[in-house]
Amino acid sequence: MPDDSPSLSKYELAARKQQTRRNLLLCSPALIVLLLAASGPLLVMLFYSFLKSGNYGGVIYEFSLDGWLNVFLVRDIFDDVLKVADAHLSVFWRSIKLSAMTTFTCLVIGFPTAYFIATRPRESRNFWLFLITIPFWTNLLIRTFAILELIRNNGIVNNLLTDLHIIEQPIQMMYTDFAIMIGMTYVYLPLMILPLYASMEKLDFRLVEAAYDLYATRIRVLRKVIIPLIKPGIVAGSILVFIPSLGAFVTPRVLGGGKNLMLGNLIELQFGQGRNWPLGAALSITLLFIVMATLLLYVRYSQKGGVQHEQ
Amino acid sequence: MSSSIVSPKKLFSIYKLPGFTFIAITCFVMLYAPIMILVGYSFNEGSSLALWEGLSLRWYYSAWQNEAVKDATLLSLIIALQASLYSTVLATMAALGTTRTRAYRGQTAIYAMINQPLMVPEIVTAVALLIVFATIKQATGYQGLSFLVIAHTAFCVPFAYLPIRARLEDMDRSLEIAAADLYATPWRCFRRVTLPLLLPGILAGAMLAFVISLDDVVITEFVKSAGQDTLPTFMLGQIRRVITPEMNAIASALLAVSVLMVSLIFLINRKKT
Repeated sequence: MPDDSPSLSKYELAARKQQTRRNLLLCSPALIVLLLAASGPLLVMLFYSFLKSGNYGGVIYEFSLDGWLNVFLVRDIFDDVLKVADAHLSVFWRSIKLSAMTTFTCLVIGFPTAYFIATRPRESRNFWLFLITIPFWTNLLIRTFAILELIRNNGIVNNLLTDLHIIEQPIQMMYTDFAIMIGMTYVYLPLMILPLYASMEKLDFRLVEAAYDLYATRIRVLRKVIIPLIKPGIVAGSILVFIPSLGAFVTPRVLGGGKNLMLGNLIELQFGQGRNWPLGAALSITLLFIVMATLLLYVRYSQKGGVQHEQ
Repeated sequence: MSSSIVSPKKLFSIYKLPGFTFIAITCFVMLYAPIMILVGYSFNEGSSLALWEGLSLRWYYSAWQNEAVKDATLLSLIIALQASLYSTVLATMAALGTTRTRAYRGQTAIYAMINQPLMVPEIVTAVALLIVFATIKQATGYQGLSFLVIAHTAFCVPFAYLPIRARLEDMDRSLEIAAADLYATPWRCFRRVTLPLLLPGILAGAMLAFVISLDDVVITEFVKSAGQDTLPTFMLGQIRRVITPEMNAIASALLAVSVLMVSLIFLINRKKT
């Protein structure tokens, strides 16, 4: 809080004002670019979601709620009756289901991995972390493509299994929900491990030792000591995986084919063949809303946790 | 038994949990195996993914002969270089304006705005940009690269900002105050003291922005005009049609650039401590 207490001299106040002006001036170029190509367009999109859809893409500048109605409802072509849009609901459901499954799988694999890194000698931890960071910063499309090469019908897994005569026909893994989930797990796994590690690094192992001294079994120590202490990391990691999974576009498009749509692909359709910009805009804002609500819940959770910690 | 020399640590370690090491090792193998296989087969002489027919650079050569790949590579580099340059300049200024200063009104809003591209799903930003840019394109008839450059610059800003800000926060003001005491003008003080000290952060930020821009698929796919394919959007288009071993070569090359950059950033950051 800038305190403008009268004890400051006129000179000091002027200097402060000048500093704030300098700060704002320094930030303004970045803010202008972000306003033009990040925040501003979101507002324009909100405006577009309330317009009428044009016949060949684009919009007609007339107010209409059709874009928003179409998110969950569909107007029958023949008798003009509004019905629940099953197709859209199933896409919403698939997005949430696959994101939850991805988050869970990442947690099951990521938790032991983060624990493993956190229990290495201090000098070698950076190396293991580096191994996690490398895939994190490499191209998402390429990592998805690598999975595609593995699981497609004449891909490596199927070829290996047929060569070993374990299976006769290649297993159809591509273009299934399973493929999307495997792909997303692979792609977002580092996002789970890094925050988990950040929590575990701070874990006080004297507490673990104390639990063992009190004859706790390993499972009990894990359940009653380690997991409760790591909880902030678990929540942070889950959020970091769940959010990008929900908005995933590349992975379901490459591994899911045209049938197994997720929200991101449904949005894309409205700007391609489907051509319903207001609906696409409304769907995007719905997705944004879900993401922001999740983030907000997380912020509130972590603030509450912080207060408890201080006591 | 008298042979109780075995340390109790070996008998019972409080750090061990059953199965954890096994899962962790499996996890590392799983993270790297698909990428390794991809890179390995990019050097395969034969055209099949099933058979290994000897080492060769055939697919790298054939990718390089492909005009479309060449154009996409060039475009990717042009955009990534511009976007990383602009976003680094913007982020450096913003970092100077938000760190080592008294809290001022609007600072939280500035943070939120700078980090906004990290919070909003890419597909949402992409669609919003499509709506705005398509309208501008239609109204003005201009379809140049500037749309892609400004879009990339915007989402690169937070990535460039993070390491620069981290570096800046670690720097204390004593050297700058000393310079000012010795009658250096503010500009001279910035040029000769602040900037050299900040350089590792700026370098890391620029490289991060470069990698992020080079790898972007979603926003580019929605913002680009006809004929403006970057390497990732070219790959995305190809994957839908037919997968050739050339793709392995392109993917491996892109992968090499990312790994190189990230390793460099890692080294720069480590030197600091």
